[in-house]
Amino acid sequence: MFWQKELETLNRSRLEALQLKRLRETAARVYGKVPYYRKLFKNNGVTPAHLKALQDISKLPFTTRDDLQKNYPDKLLTIKHHDTMRLHTSSGTTGKPKAVFFTRQDIDVAANNIARCLTMTGVTKKDVLQNMMSYGLFTGGLMMHYGAEKVGALVIPSAIGNTERQLMLMEDFGTTSIHLTPSYALYLSDVLEKKGREFRKKLKLKRAYMGAEPYTEETKNKIEKLLQVKVYNSYGLTEMNGPGVAFECEFQAGMHLWEDSYIMEIVDPKTGKQLPDGESGELILTTLTREGMPIIRYRTRDLTAILPGKCKCGRTHRRITRIKGRADDMFILRGVNIYPQQIERVLMSVAHVEKNYQIYLDANDKMTVKVEITKKLFDGDLDKLKKLQLDLTERLRAEILIRPNIELVEPGTLPVSEGKAKRVFDNRKIY
Amino acid sequence: MPILKQLSVFVQNQPGKIERLTSVLAENKINILALNIASSGEYGVIKIIVDKPELAYKKYKEAGLTAYLSEVLGILMQDKPGGLHEVAKIIAKNNLNVENAYVYVPKSRKKAMLILDVRDIKAAKKNIAFAGKLKSN
Repeated sequence: MFWQKELETLNRSRLEALQLKRLRETAARVYGKVPYYRKLFKNNGVTPAHLKALQDISKLPFTTRDDLQKNYPDKLLTIKHHDTMRLHTSSGTTGKPKAVFFTRQDIDVAANNIARCLTMTGVTKKDVLQNMMSYGLFTGGLMMHYGAEKVGALVIPSAIGNTERQLMLMEDFGTTSIHLTPSYALYLSDVLEKKGREFRKKLKLKRAYMGAEPYTEETKNKIEKLLQVKVYNSYGLTEMNGPGVAFECEFQAGMHLWEDSYIMEIVDPKTGKQLPDGESGELILTTLTREGMPIIRYRTRDLTAILPGKCKCGRTHRRITRIKGRADDMFILRGVNIYPQQIERVLMSVAHVEKNYQIYLDANDKMTVKVEITKKLFDGDLDKLKKLQLDLTERLRAEILIRPNIELVEPGTLPVSEGKAKRVFDNRKIY
Repeated sequence: MPILKQLSVFVQNQPGKIERLTSVLAENKINILALNIASSGEYGVIKIIVDKPELAYKKYKEAGLTAYLSEVLGILMQDKPGGLHEVAKIIAKNNLNVENAYVYVPKSRKKAMLILDVRDIKAAKKNIAFAGKLKSN
């Protein structure tokens, strides 16, 4: 099924002509209205007039996470911030998040792309979609909500957590589709399994949309088996509208990335040089329809590849593979993006806690931060250590919104950092 | 009233951790007089009274252990029924806040020593009345 058959199956030459037209408009817009971009363009010796063909995009400067942080809160806007309609944020490394603004049209485009995603996987207005993503500054909840409403499905904004109530809603309102993170899906599977087969039979559940965190094919298979649903992979990031940037169709051979909304490139993460289709590298995205805050050649730091060849579904928008990893040290836990630098900043804010720490990520979203107990922190008082442990836990929870386990360890237990120390030990097997 | 030096050492609750502490002492011929462990599950604090506290502290630091040297009260009491009760009465009367306490019984078994880790050791030292009463004990 198609939401916009003509646009989704537009032949490549027409699609690329549309991309070039929109790229030129976007480049002209940021060059004219955003001083920071004008400076970046000038540093690269380019103006929008240099964009004669689509491949000329490689002449444009990249936009990095640091660029977004430097321009916090609203210096990348092409309009006044009160002329936009919504703000979403994503974690940053400096203590301030990355702020992304949306106009009415921006939200409409994002919702429309999600409507395409949902429709191609079988959702119609007869469906009931339970949206188990957190609502708020995170795009996962609200953007999916708007997309599902566009299709006309009944949307249950249940958000994440309170699993018993989730199951009650699923049973009472005949939920057919759910949107959730893979980690929550695993938890939900466990609870559902305990409820027994009879309970599952009462549910009308057909499909699960999983995104916001990377996960393996094995995890997907496990969830499909336990929940007895079809699982569809979703890719998105707040900087690019959140969920629905790329999505699996019914053939589930990679995720179609909506090329009338974005130009995608794959580059070598070290050199920034473009790589041909089929080769793995860092995904670079340029917004083509953003009004309020267009972003040029954004370095997503996500590693993937563009799948060559046509998809059986008939859509001409090319597909990317499942995300294979990160080009930086960010990790995602319960849908929340976390940088080790955030943890480090919190630890350093407590007197005498030194820089030697390690972050361990284990199954079931368990996060443990190991901190060395140095001489300055210790006066023989066990209660003081317990207080320190509690204080660090609470401060970290306030920063990253997740409550970690703090483990106090003897000095010398953690390897002394030489150069770039390895901080994160991810044992979750998600890539 | 004798003031003793107590060593506190931070240890993770893992096999072999205490052995690491005792091996340092054994290698340096330091004798343990009393020992006490306070644990919070994953980690704990071991308090030790030894015959050569300054040396033990130095050796622990050299071994990379997190150790802390502090003063505690050592109160001699009669090693007989009611001996601890006599001392406890004095502690209560003087409003002394006890963080930790453990007992050391020397070979002679004539007297036992109660080791008191009090929050405010300076106040305890200045409390002449208290010291006097202890002496008279």
